[in-house]
Amino acid sequence: MRKGIKAVTLAVLFSLFLLTAVSVHPFGRPPETGMDDYFILNGQEQTGCNNIVTSVVFDYRGIDTLIEAAVLFAAVMGVFMVFGRDVNGW
Amino acid sequence: MDGKGSSRIVRNVTCMLSVPVMVFGLYVVLHGHLTPGGGFAGGAVMATFIALFMVSFGKDISRRLDSGPFSVSESLALLAFVGIALLGIQVTFFSNFLANSGLLFGLTVPFGTNPGFLGTGGVTPLMNLAVGLEVFSGLSLILIVMFRSGGDGDNA
Repeated sequence: MRKGIKAVTLAVLFSLFLLTAVSVHPFGRPPETGMDDYFILNGQEQTGCNNIVTSVVFDYRGIDTLIEAAVLFAAVMGVFMVFGRDVNGW
Repeated sequence: MDGKGSSRIVRNVTCMLSVPVMVFGLYVVLHGHLTPGGGFAGGAVMATFIALFMVSFGKDISRRLDSGPFSVSESLALLAFVGIALLGIQVTFFSNFLANSGLLFGLTVPFGTNPGFLGTGGVTPLMNLAVGLEVFSGLSLILIVMFRSGGDGDNA
């Protein structure tokens, strides 16, 4: 009984994953290209960066990077709380 | 590890590697707007050297590393990041007010393929520097505090 349930679950999951893998759009051709084209066409002139990724990360989506840096800051504070008992000078 | 660290050869090679590793990390940070990389990657490269220093020089010397300057520089770098973002508040938060302005990092970049000019990018190189310093100090602080606290036997 349990073996049958296991086999059916595995078969259903496998077929679902296989269906998803087949139905994904082809690589390099996203269905919506408006935002990518905007960054590629205007990124250099608006931000002056040759690296489009940097212009997105630090300019267009700067708040995301700010929160990311804040997460690192919070991680350091957590490490200090756990391990910093005998650390002097802080 | 008995507190003395690795052999003399490893320690000498660590001293010799200090300059190339730090220069490469700074290069990755400073050229973040031209080449792959940026503040996060370059800061991690520079923090790698702190780990190498601790492993090769052992507990006795590494315990004397002061965490105070790293803590101060981490906080100041995060404040500088927010401050640069706030400087462009007359347009929006995180507006690139230095791009194409002719001021610091304000050269106009030609569209398409170009050799890459260091003086372009507006506020992006400054933010890369701030994030690089923040990541370097933060990772070094984690390494220093965990290295100092662990391995004693009494509070591990």
